[in-house]
Amino acid sequence: MEKPLTKHIKPDGSQLNLKNFVQDGGYEPVRKVLKGMSPAEVIDVVVASNLLGRGGGGFSAGKKWSFVTTDKEREPSRYLICNADEMEPGTFKDRMLMEENPHQLIAGMIISSYAIQADKSYIFLRWAYKKSETVLRKAIAEAYEAGFLGKNILGSGYDLELYLHTSAGRYICGEETGLINSLEGKRATPRDKPPFPAISGLFGKPTVVNNVETLSCVPHIIENGADWFRSISLTGEGGTKLYGVSGRVKNPGIWELPLGATMREIIEQHAGGMMDGYKFRGALPGGASTDFIIEEHMDIPLDFASLVPVGSRLGTGTLIILDDKTCPVAFLHNLEKFFAKESCGWCTPCREGLPWVEKILESIENGTGKEKDIETLKFHTWYCGPGHTFCAHAPGAMEPLQSGLKYFHDDFMQHINEKHCPWRS
Amino acid sequence: MLTEQEKKEIEEEVKHYPYPGVACLDALKIVQAHRGWVADDAVRDIADLLDISSEKVDGVATFYTRIYRKPVGRHVILICDSISCMIMGYEPVYKHISAKLGIHFGETTADNRFTLLPITCLGNCDQAPAMMIDNDLFNMITIENIDQIFEKYE
Ligand SMILES: Cc1cc2nc3c(=O)[nH]c(=O)nc-3n(C[C@H](O)[C@H](O)[C@H](O)COP(=O)(O)O)c2cc1C
Ligand code: SF4
Ligand code: FES
Repeated sequence: MEKPLTKHIKPDGSQLNLKNFVQDGGYEPVRKVLKGMSPAEVIDVVVASNLLGRGGGGFSAGKKWSFVTTDKEREPSRYLICNADEMEPGTFKDRMLMEENPHQLIAGMIISSYAIQADKSYIFLRWAYKKSETVLRKAIAEAYEAGFLGKNILGSGYDLELYLHTSAGRYICGEETGLINSLEGKRATPRDKPPFPAISGLFGKPTVVNNVETLSCVPHIIENGADWFRSISLTGEGGTKLYGVSGRVKNPGIWELPLGATMREIIEQHAGGMMDGYKFRGALPGGASTDFIIEEHMDIPLDFASLVPVGSRLGTGTLIILDDKTCPVAFLHNLEKFFAKESCGWCTPCREGLPWVEKILESIENGTGKEKDIETLKFHTWYCGPGHTFCAHAPGAMEPLQSGLKYFHDDFMQHINEKHCPWRS
Repeated sequence: MLTEQEKKEIEEEVKHYPYPGVACLDALKIVQAHRGWVADDAVRDIADLLDISSEKVDGVATFYTRIYRKPVGRHVILICDSISCMIMGYEPVYKHISAKLGIHFGETTADNRFTLLPITCLGNCDQAPAMMIDNDLFNMITIENIDQIFEKYE
């Protein structure tokens, strides 16, 4: 089984320095691209590889790059931004890639910047990731010193600056246009789309935003080709995935597996199964803003296409497990409190709707909820849903709620009828 | 009044950008690094220096959770209150900390030693519950190991 993203990583997880990474051939794809490929050729390979965005949206990385104009006369500067704002509850994959293999990300950023002919690139790093910050600062300095960044990289005539930007908190900074506003020193409220960032992004210039894991895949695609990348997944979507598990399992953690692994394999083989005395009730497959999947979905490939027919999506690929000793209403209440708190406040359904949802869930959890409240919650899953808000934050918040209302209806009714939470003594 | 040092650091940031207002968040971070928090006069001074309105600076300052518009204690405790940490039991640990220090989320101890705040998922969900004190990360916190962790922070 091939594990390109983690193959260089040392068993103890300590940071790979430049020397180790160069010895392992890690920067060879950069050389290959700068010495012998045109930007259009790089884009073609990445489109053909079917690399889909690992930040949660699953959009083709190569296609996104192809929207950036090639007309350098009209638009001399453009930007590449690495989205390292990882704040999705239950998600802890980008942190590992940055802490343990920072040069893989830098190599991916150089190649991706070259593909869109960016002259400046940024890593937008979340405030709390202090270790990632230290590791990345060192790695960026090493890459400059070795001539992989800066002017005339490897004598190719291509110039690229890479800046590390540390943020100041707020989940909405992860939404790509909110991120761009934040980089411009403003409140991180999302922007209207279109125009998409590829047309008008940072400082009004063409900009591509990609996730850490997406960019980390790029050097391997260049090294081994598009066909290889498609072949290492189980379903043809391309590549491997960092899958994670948190919650009451024996061995929570993160593993690189072929894209399309099943929940059964991940939970039973890698996470060691449920802890003794706990039973599986459901899972959010990819962070807080994905719909629940349950026991009957154990054998569905966890990739971008296969989860859609069962009403969910891959998201970030880090599973959060709901066990039988955790109250599903309390679980949802925790999620909606997070979403309400992190709403940027720009549009009404989200700003007003999410706190209302939170209050209703709180009252049901506390035993003062009414049957009519269920209808109000259902109404919100439509009202705060896709097409009614400025960005995907509120629709994301509604995903676990709508599926939770469906799968855990009896638990909701038990709270309402018994006027208290059955999980509380 | 911004100090000469603060001004110098802010002007250094301004150089990287197409117009001075872009440095707004950087300026807030710089002031906070020197003073621990950002008071009203600092908001006005930053606005003057960057040639933007103080409402705009305050709008930015109040948007971001890691910019403090009120004084904080010598150490800031950030407890993850997101889903994986809830499942793994951050609440009993929070209650223990809260009782021990005599403060709730959003408050500072009378001796100014600690401020207690919640934070969204720290990306340590496989080793939950997680907590940060200042720049240090702690995994798998329990009622038993909290006292020992606190000792280091005077
Ligand atoms: C509320 C919200 C938060 C987001 N947070 C992140 C994040 O922390 N990291 C990330 O890579 N993408 C995040 N995204 C997705 C980004 O908007 C964007 O689609 C992604 O960075 C594109 O990269 P990709 O195509 O490589 O996945 C978020 C989206 C929304 C709506
Ligand atoms: S949906 Fe929420 S987070 Fe997104 S723009 Fe509207 S208020 Fe802001
Ligand atoms: S939910 Fe607490 S660290 Fe992720």
